[in-house]
Amino acid sequence: MASVIALNGLSVTLGGRKILQNLSVQLTGKTIGLLGPNGAGKSTLINTLLGFYAPASGSAQIFGMDVRAEMRRVRALIGYMPENDSFIADMSAVTYVRMMGELSGLPADTALERAHECLFYVGLGEARYRKLGTYSLGMKQLAKLAQAIVHGPRLVILDEPTNGLDPPARRRMLRMIKEMKEQGEMHIVLCSHLLRDVEDTCEEVVILKNGAIVHHANLEEERRLNRRFVEMETVGDEEGFAAALEALGAECAQVARGRWKMVLPPDFSMRELYRAAAERDLELRRIHYRKDTLEDIFLKAMERNA
Amino acid sequence: MAVYKRSYRSYQGELTNPRFRFLILPKYAYERVFAPKYMVALLVAAMFFPIGCAAYIYLLNNLSVLTSLGLPIPSFLKVDATFFRFFLNFQGSFAFILTTLIGPSLVAPDLANNALPAYFSRPFSRAEYVVGKMSVLVLLLSGITWFPGLLLFGLQWSQAGWDWTSANWYIARALLFGGLAWVLLLSLVALALSAWVKWRTVAGGLILGVFGIGAGLATMINNILQTDWGSMLDLSRIMNTIWSSQFEIENSTGLEPFEAWMAFFAICTVCLLMLERKIRPKEIVK
Repeated sequence: MASVIALNGLSVTLGGRKILQNLSVQLTGKTIGLLGPNGAGKSTLINTLLGFYAPASGSAQIFGMDVRAEMRRVRALIGYMPENDSFIADMSAVTYVRMMGELSGLPADTALERAHECLFYVGLGEARYRKLGTYSLGMKQLAKLAQAIVHGPRLVILDEPTNGLDPPARRRMLRMIKEMKEQGEMHIVLCSHLLRDVEDTCEEVVILKNGAIVHHANLEEERRLNRRFVEMETVGDEEGFAAALEALGAECAQVARGRWKMVLPPDFSMRELYRAAAERDLELRRIHYRKDTLEDIFLKAMERNA
Repeated sequence: MAVYKRSYRSYQGELTNPRFRFLILPKYAYERVFAPKYMVALLVAAMFFPIGCAAYIYLLNNLSVLTSLGLPIPSFLKVDATFFRFFLNFQGSFAFILTTLIGPSLVAPDLANNALPAYFSRPFSRAEYVVGKMSVLVLLLSGITWFPGLLLFGLQWSQAGWDWTSANWYIARALLFGGLAWVLLLSLVALALSAWVKWRTVAGGLILGVFGIGAGLATMINNILQTDWGSMLDLSRIMNTIWSSQFEIENSTGLEPFEAWMAFFAICTVCLLMLERKIRPKEIVK
């Protein structure tokens, strides 16, 4: 599969400090999550991809084009939603989005048409003639999304898109991101510190820490390959139950009387577990399946590189 | 697509020529600049003097009209380099007033609202941004300085004939280069100062101040050090020297033309360096 973003030994130094160190990764997913604690280098990586910062060494490519050597072509394919406010306060939303469309190369009439469409799409249709300075924080986020997609980019970089949104607005934003992913050929890079947002929308994730990649995973595959963790509560004679399960390939630990934690092998059939319990006349009160969440993956990555 | 569908669609159509994309900035800037009515009134007022000059040129070349009106014809009335030099001086002052009002509203709001990442994440460079913002002032100020000056020259040419034109051809050159130099200087100073302070009101005051402070500083240096080199800090004196040399009129500014040109280019370079430093998508904090 052709890579959307390719980093080859990318290092970035700002103000004499090394912010990104030797990043190498090929990202191919339709939605890519960029995770990391504060100061991990997420924003620096985004700014480097946009050509704002020059790499100290190595290179970054988007759709096979070098972000420095072919900056203009790369930027024509990108839509960027910045984390902070980034607009002209005394301009109406429709004028602002239209101007940004025109700067991306859309003819004036097409830019106006698409500005209206995008503002309706993000839910600012009724407020599109209001000055941006009068918008609430949530509305500003939506206006930033509208300007990022007005020219129909192939890759949209969203920097903390759910910042400052109330729960319904957040759900709406995530729904729109999913819709954009499903419609057309758009790829999305979602930079967020909210694991739930990334988990809900992304299929590939890169975790940064101290300017280095500490984990890169395809979430879909990771979920598929996950070993299954089971927590179980039983009542009755437990003798021999653990041994029977271990004979079937499960790792088994008794936490307290009647309380078990097990790791089941991928091809384990639950019928075997029920049969083992039935043979011992053991009553199963509760079985709780637990898969690795993104939070687990994130925390493990952080611990590994502590 | 009907807006009720509210679904996203990508764009596959034609794109505009990237060479002329910088002109998008003046298009939107003029819309905002002329939103207040007083700005339109000021621009209209800037046209009164050129219209008066046109009438003057016409009447002077058609003395029969004056005599038929019973008006005396003073001998000092003539259309020459001094006339056009005065025209450029008068219109140049108007250009300065417009610059102090318009200049700060071009770059300062973009910087204050952190809009630069949104501009530069598109196929649009920093140079195009500066040229686009400068063209707002350059086009407007040209429209009230050298361009009407050249039209007046053309009118005089049509009225006085080829003999006058061939003897005074340098006036057209002086109007063009002298006017362009003033427009360029004003535009660069306005953009650089408003990029530096990011605050519209302060930037306006600073543009006014640079001319005032420069003149004061120049006089101080000249008096203390008993020299004329201090005049190189006085923007008005620099431009007066350039204009006088262009119009081949003796000047009493204390500066030689080449010194004035050196100072002019030095100021332009400093302004460009200030813009280079400030017009960036992200500021790097060391």
